[in-house]
Amino acid sequence: MIAIIDYGAGNLRSVKKAFNHLKQDTIIADTPDDLNKADKVVLPGVGAFGSAIEKLRETGFYEATYDWLYENKPFLGICLGMQMLFEESLESEDTRGLGIFKGKCPRFKEGKVPQMGWNQINIIRESPLLEGIKDKSFFYFLHGYYVEATDTGTVIATTDYFINYTSMIQKENIFGVQFHPEKSGQAGLKMLSNWLEIC
Amino acid sequence: MLATRIIPCLDVDLGRVVKGIKFKDLDNVGDPVEMAKSYNEQGADELTFLDIGASYKSREILIEVLEKVSEQVFIPLTVGGGLRSSEDIRRALNSGADKVAICTSAIENPSLITEGAKIFGSQCIVLSIDAKRQGNSWYAYTHGGRNNSRIDAIKWAKKGENLGAGEILLNSIDKDGTKEGYDLELTAKISESVNIPVIASGGAGNPDQMVDAVKEGKADAVLLASLLHYGEYTIKDIKEHLEKKEICVRW
Repeated sequence: MIAIIDYGAGNLRSVKKAFNHLKQDTIIADTPDDLNKADKVVLPGVGAFGSAIEKLRETGFYEATYDWLYENKPFLGICLGMQMLFEESLESEDTRGLGIFKGKCPRFKEGKVPQMGWNQINIIRESPLLEGIKDKSFFYFLHGYYVEATDTGTVIATTDYFINYTSMIQKENIFGVQFHPEKSGQAGLKMLSNWLEIC
Repeated sequence: MLATRIIPCLDVDLGRVVKGIKFKDLDNVGDPVEMAKSYNEQGADELTFLDIGASYKSREILIEVLEKVSEQVFIPLTVGGGLRSSEDIRRALNSGADKVAICTSAIENPSLITEGAKIFGSQCIVLSIDAKRQGNSWYAYTHGGRNNSRIDAIKWAKKGENLGAGEILLNSIDKDGTKEGYDLELTAKISESVNIPVIASGGAGNPDQMVDAVKEGKADAVLLASLLHYGEYTIKDIKEHLEKKEICVRW
């Protein structure tokens, strides 16, 4: 059972539909207790880091998510859900992220913001998440802030948008992707099914 | 590199895809769910559905269409036409849309942009501008191109960005359905005055005009309808042409 965390930010429906298409059972977790029913957790999200972290705290998901991550249980952060795994965002300097990965999330200084559309990944190192996915494959991105990972050992792919930035991270069973695999056609579905295989 | 998006647009009335010329002379061309699947397989980067019936019944049918499409097609979906409140936006997003396009209702009630952006995020609020040239200016029209709001289209685009729109869908009424090419001057003016993506729409007749929309018009994406609906070009033909002209496309 896959729990998709609903902390009141963003559209979870497309994530759910993609997993259902892959014949997976999903629950939209609207209380932290729902995570007990799951063996895998997805943290989606779009929008602002600060208000999302605040909502995670208000709903009790901050602690529950932190515990899940601390136990190294299967986890996938999508877009803002990946950024929240980092220590902080420059968007909201007072707000601490989950801090599983070291680094910050600054805003794009060049180009149209948010970056919206299909961009490529540059594969940095092998990962089971990338099984059957070619270097330079396109995925759908939608974000105004990006991840600046301090620990480069956790980076599995980068993307270029005026600068070169981290677009995929992994630490054991914890994965984060900046793009939206649920909206990235066949490549995205392949990545989600890889994630299901690993965990 | 960020690819230029090719976006098929399905104008839907009572559950059927139609296409008119200069917003009139509607012609029934097909089933929206089947067409969406087919364009997805051809390599469409997104899909846009516009409810041009805009009656209660027509909108209800489009919501059902979105439900069906979003269970089978995993690329971004935008829906527009007759959305007047944040509750309408919520319903559209819940049915499977990722973004909503608002046109008339944004002009009549600009706070809808801000409200929508605040609740659902800027990324899902597309400001749709139907623009028509008059002398050296362009004006934003409402009600499917019937009424002139007297609002300058370029100023409206900037204001829309400030109010919280995440993208602009720019449709030239003058060029719509003519196959004469996009309104490059208008597209460039708007694209240069905002810092959010601009989708060029109205007038596509061949892939060279799409190259112009990107290079001269500075468009981030191009919207296509009749050219694809009548099978004159496939998405693959278009992408191959764009790539030859050194425009990044997604394969």
